[in-house]
Amino acid sequence: MGRITLINTSRPENDMNRVKFENGRIRFDADRLFYKDLNFLLRDVLKEHKPEIISIHNVYGQRYIGTNLRQNVKIEIYGTPGNDLGAFMDGPTIEVFGNAQDGCGNTMNSGEIVVHGSAGDITGFAARGGEIFVKDDVGYRVGIHMKEYQGKKPTLVIGGTAQDFLGEYMAGGTLIVFGLYMSEEQRHRADFIGTGMHGGTIYIRGKVEEHQLGKELGKVEMKDDDWALMEEYAYKYAEHFGYNHKQILNRDFVKLVPLSLRPYGKLYAY
Amino acid sequence: MLTHLLPEFKIIRDDERCIRCEVCVRQCGFDVHSYDAEEDMLYADENKCVGCQRCAVMCPTNALTIKPHDYEYRPNANWSKEHIRDLNKQAETGGVILTGSGNDKPYRIYWDHLVLNASQVTNPSIDPLREPMELRTYLGRKPDKVEFDNNQVKVDMPAQVMIETPIIFSALSYGAISYQAWKALLEAADEGGTLCNTGEGGWPHELRPGKTRVIAQCASGRFGVDLDYLNSASIVEIKIGQGAKPGIGGHLPGEKVSADVSRTRMIPEGTDAISPAPQHDIYSIEDLSMLIYALKEATHYEKPISVKISAVHNAPAIASGMVRAGADIIALDGLRGGTGAAPKIIRDNVGIPIELALAAVDQRLRNEGIRNQASILVAGGFRNSGDITKAIALGADAVYVGTAALVAMGCTLCQKCYTGICNWGICTQDPYLSKRLNPEIAKRRLVNLIRGWSLEIKEMLGGMGINALESLRGNRLHLRAIGLDQWELDVLGVRGAGD
Repeated sequence: MGRITLINTSRPENDMNRVKFENGRIRFDADRLFYKDLNFLLRDVLKEHKPEIISIHNVYGQRYIGTNLRQNVKIEIYGTPGNDLGAFMDGPTIEVFGNAQDGCGNTMNSGEIVVHGSAGDITGFAARGGEIFVKDDVGYRVGIHMKEYQGKKPTLVIGGTAQDFLGEYMAGGTLIVFGLYMSEEQRHRADFIGTGMHGGTIYIRGKVEEHQLGKELGKVEMKDDDWALMEEYAYKYAEHFGYNHKQILNRDFVKLVPLSLRPYGKLYAY
Repeated sequence: MLTHLLPEFKIIRDDERCIRCEVCVRQCGFDVHSYDAEEDMLYADENKCVGCQRCAVMCPTNALTIKPHDYEYRPNANWSKEHIRDLNKQAETGGVILTGSGNDKPYRIYWDHLVLNASQVTNPSIDPLREPMELRTYLGRKPDKVEFDNNQVKVDMPAQVMIETPIIFSALSYGAISYQAWKALLEAADEGGTLCNTGEGGWPHELRPGKTRVIAQCASGRFGVDLDYLNSASIVEIKIGQGAKPGIGGHLPGEKVSADVSRTRMIPEGTDAISPAPQHDIYSIEDLSMLIYALKEATHYEKPISVKISAVHNAPAIASGMVRAGADIIALDGLRGGTGAAPKIIRDNVGIPIELALAAVDQRLRNEGIRNQASILVAGGFRNSGDITKAIALGADAVYVGTAALVAMGCTLCQKCYTGICNWGICTQDPYLSKRLNPEIAKRRLVNLIRGWSLEIKEMLGGMGINALESLRGNRLHLRAIGLDQWELDVLGVRGAGD
């Protein structure tokens, strides 16, 4: 009997035929490529060639694109990336020409995600840095448990509207909902907004009724610096998606903040 | 409002022995003792005493005796003192009663109904002082098959983590316990060749270099979870549940979120650190799989991913789903698992004993032919090396000890962890109290505990004629039961003693 050889097949073989160099940028064909292979290959290409821009084409639901990337690179995605796009991501910019699925920006540390479409549930979940822009709508439980520490502060901008539990347990960061594609009479759909919220700020443009809010947060007046912040992000949104930023600022905003840093302090008998 | 609560403990001070040194006054974080200089007398406010015995231990003349108070209501088999006390506390506050530590109720402790085997005549017992004895354990998914090729064995081996002894320090977060206690656990794990679990409070950056014997937890609050944190550890654990509080989350009160804790958890100082009950990205086995593989991607498939659940009624079916979702390690935390803070009603009434959960899960995975795909870690009130050896025989790969580690450092199970005051310097962020715990001495005590228990496990193995822990794993024929019903024998897969 010979010696035991441990082989590691968890690392897929490189298929460099999928990678093309065009006009100083890298074009990557993900057609029918398993997500694990895609992500290994992507990391290798980025490590070896250190491109400024890489575009990934024919993306059909592959998960975890951008997860475990720490370098400054712009990744353009054509198609529909799968769940957990940019999870744990630390630095890159991802631009999706299509819709994003659930968990976009999950526990993201820094970087930017721009979605030219809608994003699914738990977008920006537990993010602690970076910026996410979604052109249209998002699903349920978006921005849950976003947090901040000193200079690190995430911002999530939603052009359309969101579903229930928006900003639940939010512990920091900024959540902005522009509600651009609704009429003036129409109210936002989300219920239980900011339940358990104990940090950060939610700005919602358009109508939100009192009963849609969680018990732990309240409406406060928009001040000058709030409007300045809205102008900044309206401008960025308009830049990304070709919109007139003045049309965003033409309607009232609701500013929501937690009533206490310790929402459950009185729950217990000591 | 006049409180109807009577003191839980009685403080007896032997005035002849007392030398008025006031050590008791300084040592008590609950301000029980006070000194009246005019009268040269020491007084005690028994209502504040939690029975932690710190003053009694530190008293240089052994002048103090602290014991449960002997007041009695009219005897009543239904209404115990504890019931009346809890009820009054709630009538006075309207709140949820908190507690710390593990379930202290007299549920059956199955370890005390299981006995181990030993060799006599027909096969020799082994003397561990004379022959090598192997406790080394590899945690992680084991391959489904091996291939033979050209006189070589080829194995596609998923990530494995080696521990020298099957005793791992359970999840105790920095924030719940002091920096000193956390550091002691980290360094003891390193020196003892085992692992410690960060808990969900992150991992202080200055304690990362050179330390890899760590299980980094990723829980619902995601405190301090980033790529550096995940990749610094040997194993990443997704925390779904905890034995002391199955199905509910945790609130680290704002007063425990000091500057250092806030830096480690990456949240502002003084805010509550809230861990929601579920992980809000996991509502199904499919969602669990999504996070497992997200963590594998984030760690290049180089680290086993563990999933920890509380032992509950459907644990076997859930565990099967977890393995199929990609978990490389399954951690089960039983009814008697500890906590820094939990609603007492949950701690005392929810979940099942770890012995039954372990046996049922191990059997279920065997029946389904997937037991090799995950290691099983068990937690929940392990008190000595006998309990651990029996757990290995029931099918565990290794055991998590939390309460035992705390006791080794000085904890006396007063159950007041949730107050933020700990006279032993363990479960507090108050620098005056936490500096009492010397991390070097605490580490030494922990390393001693691991060494002592490991030696005892070797003795028990040798007695059974076994020289490797691997040969005992899941070997239930080495167990017999005493005083159990048939259904319990069936669940445990163990025969009665004498059978």
